[in-house]
Amino acid sequence: MTDKNGFFDLSRTGLTRRTALKGLAAGAGLAVAPGFVRYSQAQSSAPIKIGFQSHRTGIGAAYGRWYERTTAAAVKAINDAGGINGRPVEVIIEDDGTDPGRGAEVVGKFATQHKTDIVYGTLFSHVVIGSAPAAGEAKMPYFVVSEGHHVASTKLNRYVFQPGITDVKSQIQAMAPWIAANAGKKVTQIFPDFAFGYDHRDYLPPALKAQGAEVIAQIAIPPTESSFTKYFPQIPAETEVIYHVMVGPAVLTFVKELGEFYGSNRPQLFGFIDSLEATDINSPGLEFLDGSHFWEGSPRYAQPDDSAAQKAYRAAVGIDDNGAAVGDPKDVSTAAHMFGCWETLYVVKKAMEDAGYKGPEDRAKLVEATEALTEFAEGPEHPQGPKTFNGKIHQCFGIQNISKVEGGRLNVVHKTKIEDGLYEPEGDYTTQAL
Amino acid sequence: MAFGPHLLLAALEGLVTAAVLALTALGLSLVFGVMRVVNVAHGEFFMLGAVLAWAISTAISGHAALGFLAALVLAPLIVGLIALVAERLVLRRLNYNPEATIVATIGMLYIIQQLALTFYGPEARPVEPPFSYRILLPWFGYSGYKLSIIAASALLLVATWFVLTRTKIGLVMRATQYDSETAQAFGIPVDRVYAGVFALGAMLAAVAAVLIVPISQAHYLMGQDPLLLSFIVVIIGGLGSLRGTVVAAVLIGLSDGIISVFFSPTLAKIIATLLVAMVLVFRPQGLFGTASR
Amino acid sequence: MKEASPAKAYALHLGVIALLFGLSFVLPEYHHGLLARIMVLAVFAMGYNMLFGYVGLLSLGHAMFFSAGLYGAGLAVIHLGWSVPAAFAAGLACGTLLALAIGMLALRTSGVAFMIVTMMFAQVFYLIILYFASRTGGDQGLVVPQSARVLVVGGTSLGLTDPTVRYMSALALFSIVLLVTLAIVRSRYGRVLVAIRENEERTKMLGYDTFSNKLAAVVVSGTVCAASGAAYALLFGYVGSTFASVQYSILPLLWVLLGGAATTLGPLIGTLFMYYVVDVTSGYTSAYLLIVGIALILLVLFFPRGILGTIRQRWLGWLP
Repeated sequence: MTDKNGFFDLSRTGLTRRTALKGLAAGAGLAVAPGFVRYSQAQSSAPIKIGFQSHRTGIGAAYGRWYERTTAAAVKAINDAGGINGRPVEVIIEDDGTDPGRGAEVVGKFATQHKTDIVYGTLFSHVVIGSAPAAGEAKMPYFVVSEGHHVASTKLNRYVFQPGITDVKSQIQAMAPWIAANAGKKVTQIFPDFAFGYDHRDYLPPALKAQGAEVIAQIAIPPTESSFTKYFPQIPAETEVIYHVMVGPAVLTFVKELGEFYGSNRPQLFGFIDSLEATDINSPGLEFLDGSHFWEGSPRYAQPDDSAAQKAYRAAVGIDDNGAAVGDPKDVSTAAHMFGCWETLYVVKKAMEDAGYKGPEDRAKLVEATEALTEFAEGPEHPQGPKTFNGKIHQCFGIQNISKVEGGRLNVVHKTKIEDGLYEPEGDYTTQAL
Repeated sequence: MAFGPHLLLAALEGLVTAAVLALTALGLSLVFGVMRVVNVAHGEFFMLGAVLAWAISTAISGHAALGFLAALVLAPLIVGLIALVAERLVLRRLNYNPEATIVATIGMLYIIQQLALTFYGPEARPVEPPFSYRILLPWFGYSGYKLSIIAASALLLVATWFVLTRTKIGLVMRATQYDSETAQAFGIPVDRVYAGVFALGAMLAAVAAVLIVPISQAHYLMGQDPLLLSFIVVIIGGLGSLRGTVVAAVLIGLSDGIISVFFSPTLAKIIATLLVAMVLVFRPQGLFGTASR
Repeated sequence: MKEASPAKAYALHLGVIALLFGLSFVLPEYHHGLLARIMVLAVFAMGYNMLFGYVGLLSLGHAMFFSAGLYGAGLAVIHLGWSVPAAFAAGLACGTLLALAIGMLALRTSGVAFMIVTMMFAQVFYLIILYFASRTGGDQGLVVPQSARVLVVGGTSLGLTDPTVRYMSALALFSIVLLVTLAIVRSRYGRVLVAIRENEERTKMLGYDTFSNKLAAVVVSGTVCAASGAAYALLFGYVGSTFASVQYSILPLLWVLLGGAATTLGPLIGTLFMYYVVDVTSGYTSAYLLIVGIALILLVLFFPRGILGTIRQRWLGWLP
């Protein structure tokens, strides 16, 4: 079992041991001379330090690995083009163990030990919510790539942003018209019985109703479940579409068991690719998915109409036409989400340049500059597509892809418009004090 | 779906859960019963079994059944060997002190989990079942392989029962469990019995994992749930009671499946857990245990 | 255990408190913040030690007491808008009541069965938090708003998010619990508990009501753990179901065993040690859990009574 893309192989990520060591040296310096080393109040040539809160261990590790690779690629691209405000970017990684308690500690560590300029990169919702208070208290700009609705709900604080990936509420709203028009009118939802599932539970029914379709059953599955067949009898016989969003390692089982239960005589299937991120769509047992549809943030498989920017992005990150690591077809990426890392870093770059950012004393200016952003044009910095940004709720809105499983590939069959996913803001962060 | 078929499906699912649980819990129960060691790393041996099954079955080309059979034989052996080394290097030096072994096995849990993450990775990976026959019932389809798990588990349980009650090895083990000092005095190599039991316990967990992995998948965090469930089964069944362990596994597997027919799943888990806890509160020796402890 | 003059023991403990107080002024910012967190969690460990160390009851469900305090205090602020002291009291009350109820049931068992029963009750508690997700925030948890985390003392309002206020609040809680623990351990009641641990039957025959003594210990232990949870919610501003998961039941056990069971300062040492091992090693390698695992095994092989327990056994017999 020599997995050459293994955990220790940092060369692959480009975030080399040296980066980690630099961070360490800074930490050691601080420990030796408390109060004497003012590390981050540095001269103009000192690097801009980005604290990367990564899911290296715990349930989010499969995502964490690809978030690190995408981040490394984006940072390399940014540095090759001259950095931010003429300063190189340095990424310091800390593992949060995909745990909200540890997440908050890590944010504290970035703020007070590494003295990073910002914190960035968190995916799992509970880690975001657990870390947000620590970021707010430290007045540390905190850029997450989570797709949860938590940022846009304005329940967090003024220092938390999600400028690189559309939130789930918007995604669902944008999907609904296509589902109602193409898949069927009577929808049964299967979702995990925790927060990620609740976004789908709460936002899909009104979105479908607006399109003349309806949710006829909602089946919540407890997070600890590892076998699903016993829930399938609850699916009403008149169901035309099964809408599934499962996450975690048990999703393969879910799909396989659904296949065994229905055989070839199944309703339409519509799912969120979250279920199968980092999983080969051609794994044994997944044949059942052939002909079904998935939401994808960014397409896993290269598409015929890919833009030059998309092609360059894929090459930079190191994924092949099948969305797997170049050189290892078994190492499948989390393509539908990780583009958010790339784009978020470019948003940070733009905001820092707009703010004339010099160091931590300019963090408030950075927050205001980020809030002032309104649009991101499609291009090398935003390869997934164009986006709008709402500075009041700190959330961006982009296009979504609906892909069909055909011949062992995911082919994009529909792209939504940005307007499909816009909703009334639920609050306004800019009224909060800085 | 009509109520009858729904119940049938829930019962079938419950039996599959029970079959795997019984094997895993039996391993824990042996270690617990004979050595008085609470093996917190038991779930990790289960995980190792699944991960090794993936590694072995992907290394062997040809028909899926070939790789699976190789995994079924090799994975438990490797896991047993690892357990044996851990027992010799750590547990024996701790003199099987109950508290010290808990910390030590927590340490093993961390080590095994981290090594799996490092060398195997964070992804969930599937193993192809040796055969994929879908049984078509009038109301729903069901995996033929799942039914074969129940049979395989029953076979293995009978074999274990035979070894424990009808062979000299079993006699030696039972004697050690009953009174290790007297056993020692009668010339039983208690030390070696402990090593064997620890390895055997781990192997049972690994076999269970190899059986389940074609319908589930290998993942480095998969050990926790079986660990908690096995603990419950062992206590409910009564320490060191093979019959109790099997009955408790069936009880818990079935109740888990069937209660979910009537209640919302999370509520079902709350009720099932509470019920089992109450059984323990009012019958602490377990259903089939005799004396306390 | 050799008997020491009370003065020596109290002097040591006051010295530790004074040291922690002094450290507040010299520690670099990061370690200052980390130590505040460690003190709060050391209270959790001390509560656990009360039951595990002195009564010998190994519980695998103490996360439920911690989270009873966490949610009791957190939800009182979030949904009811209570002030910080009232919310803290609510957290304590939740912990006490829960401990009383759980104690009445779980103490019917002993040994391994006690371990499993407490684990299962904690699992039920965890699932209940998930079940009432609309109120508790489920697995995502809830943020306790910064604006509500203000302590009003005689006209001045102290923001609990201020590092100094936070450190001192954590130290105050830690000191009170430490001194109370010391007093309990040295009291007649403390001796009864140890007697129960050593030989319950004999203690019973000597005419002690072991059940109510044990029940009292469960309640004290649960309340102290809830105090830690309530302080965590108010000082760090987040409540979430992770803190009710089985992992957070194993952690205090680990901290106590490392520091030394049935020692008053062991829980602090254990928590401190574990935190710094993770913190330092995670800087060197992403496989830090491996190092934690190896450290645990080495400790248990060579310091089987934990750090302070070994010191007490070999050198300082008078340590409480």
